[in-house]
Amino acid sequence: MAGSGTAQLRGEDLLLRVEHLVVEFGKGQHRVRAVSDVSFDVAAGETLGLVGESGCGKSTTGRAVALVHPPDAGSVRFAGTELTALNQRELRQARTKVQMVFQDPISSLNPRRRVLDSVMEPLAIWGIGTTDERRAKARQTLESVGINAADAAGRRPIEFSGGQCQRISIARALMLEPTLLICDEPVSALDVSVQAQILNLLDDLKRQRGLTMVFIAHDLAVVKNVSDRVAVMYLGKLCEVAPPDTLYRHPAHPYTAALLASIPEPDPSATSDGTAPLSGELPSPTDPPSGCRFRTRCPYAQDKCTSEEPEMRALGPDHFVACHFPLPRPVETAEPALAGATVGASPFSNA
Amino acid sequence: MNLRHRAAHLVFPDASELEEPLLDVQDLRTFFHTSRGVVKANDGVSFTLDRGKTLGVVGESGSGKTVLTRSIMGLLPNTNLERSGSVRFAGHDLTNLTPHQLRDVWGTQMSVIFQDPMTALNPVVRVDRQLTESLRIRLGLDRRAAHDTAIALLTSVGIPAPERRMRNYPHELSGGMRQRVMIAIALACGPKLVLADEPTTGLDVTLQAQILDLLATLQRERSMGMILVTHDLGVVANRADDIAVMYAGRIVEQAPTKDLFSHTRMPYTEALLRSIPRLADPSHTRLRAIPGRPPDLAALPDGCPFAPRCPYAQDRCRTEDPPPRTAGAGHLFSCWFPVGSPEGDDALARNVAAGVPAALAFTGVVPNGSISVASGSIPTGAAGTVGETPGGEN
Repeated sequence: MAGSGTAQLRGEDLLLRVEHLVVEFGKGQHRVRAVSDVSFDVAAGETLGLVGESGCGKSTTGRAVALVHPPDAGSVRFAGTELTALNQRELRQARTKVQMVFQDPISSLNPRRRVLDSVMEPLAIWGIGTTDERRAKARQTLESVGINAADAAGRRPIEFSGGQCQRISIARALMLEPTLLICDEPVSALDVSVQAQILNLLDDLKRQRGLTMVFIAHDLAVVKNVSDRVAVMYLGKLCEVAPPDTLYRHPAHPYTAALLASIPEPDPSATSDGTAPLSGELPSPTDPPSGCRFRTRCPYAQDKCTSEEPEMRALGPDHFVACHFPLPRPVETAEPALAGATVGASPFSNA
Repeated sequence: MNLRHRAAHLVFPDASELEEPLLDVQDLRTFFHTSRGVVKANDGVSFTLDRGKTLGVVGESGSGKTVLTRSIMGLLPNTNLERSGSVRFAGHDLTNLTPHQLRDVWGTQMSVIFQDPMTALNPVVRVDRQLTESLRIRLGLDRRAAHDTAIALLTSVGIPAPERRMRNYPHELSGGMRQRVMIAIALACGPKLVLADEPTTGLDVTLQAQILDLLATLQRERSMGMILVTHDLGVVANRADDIAVMYAGRIVEQAPTKDLFSHTRMPYTEALLRSIPRLADPSHTRLRAIPGRPPDLAALPDGCPFAPRCPYAQDRCRTEDPPPRTAGAGHLFSCWFPVGSPEGDDALARNVAAGVPAALAFTGVVPNGSISVASGSIPTGAAGTVGETPGGEN
């Protein structure tokens, strides 16, 4: 997988359009291409789920879209503006409409500041309104994310649980009324019961405020719950893009299928043959495999996968995959084949 | 080496000759005396575990599950600690042992796989010394034999090129590899019981499946008992023989795995199961979140600790602590109005009719047909903290 190409892009007029995005870290021999030619788009009011294992570049992609870490190449068009072409001042202005929510809710709030001050700060930076107006808006926003503002305003982050801190972070991100919210693993540090609260909250906010979201997570069940479209990443490239119901019912990329098969179902009757669907670990991104980057762990890999990088192509309406040998559509027949192939052929160990 | 001879050694019968359960924990209480008051981390925990079996311990953070593993092992600091009850392991009551005697237990009889392999491994010591240390001290192997055993161990946990990895420091290994090293260290001296404390939290799903399969294989080969502590019901659903659900320092429901899922009795277990997003559900399915959060262990509410968040809770739950009751073989639960019973159905219907937020959220009934993000808050029973507003988060 791990293919390039832009077949999955839908049109010019969408809210966010990312093309041929490249982000590199380090110098010389140690240069790592964390994001390597990734293209996707998000329509207004839509939630794009970005999934993959750690180290696949999903967070870097999110940060590059917000230009927190400027991309080394490629274009990020947001609401008709090319963000990468803006100068520092214009970029700051544009970024008020693109906000982020981070993974660790406690460390993403300043521990020494009162909650209300942290939430008000975006308005203070932009000099919007008087102090009283800012305070009123911060209280209102806190209430809208389910925090009792009267009680919480004067407290510091340490007095709150992880779930509450995440609500406060969300409130802060909403203060400038952004159109695009980039959520980087917003629930992975939370307990399941609190996770459900935050996911419901994000869904409500999206509906009430018409927010567009990029939702980055490693948990496929979580991503399915919140997304309108899902993009699967592997080692800096996109593998598959589709609406969640299609993707989860008919995964076309062997990597997507393996990821799905790895999820432990909270159901004791779910069958498990005792073999992990995917062996080995992510190869080093400093020296990625030639051709398709997934071939070293793929049970279907052929010679062609070594020599030729697969391009993103359409499999059906709004279903795109970067694979030379996509799985056949009725997944019922594909699953045993995958399991069998993994047991027998394990030429890839965790080297 | 002197340490080994300082005290009389404990004698452990071979696990296969054991007549009583491998581990028998009765009424274990682990309290910490802190400036905020007494934190009741384990409050009357009882269970037994046979050799070769797996007990899954499930609970949210702060439910006391990690303290339970530490308390069983005797790994807790002695200051400000109050511990009562009994932990019988292979015929010995571990709570009466001196620290020297405990050294005969750790590693060779029972061991822990810690949650975070980066902080559990010593960052400035190479893998080989971390692995061979216990082999040399506990088993008295010489340098060469310990080295060979260590290589064999690394091979058995699926680490390629073990010779090379032996010379690495922990930071040179990936997360999955570090967890494999942790497992190798825990199993080095052939323990009869392994306490795995969230062994896969923080790992990717693909790695999680690999590590859990590895643990299951090693457990079968060595017929070890295992306590698998996790917050993820999905992790234990397929791998544990029995499951104990912990809440506020107690086991609130305990049952054979299939029974727990098919005949859930405790409202907390039911709520936990329902709050997990399922792959089978279409996207944008509203999750049945549990309102509020677990109580502060230093300021537990009167009555049932789950009552403030419980969709079934009645007045009785808020005043009287429910005792453990049985529901079929090996199935214990503590609830006045259990799920699936006439009293329970009745209690839930009454709460829905009365508009109790937790019940409305749980059943998906939305008052006035609108979903409001913020509405009234319910008491969480946590003193000095701000109540998480449950509002429309059904």
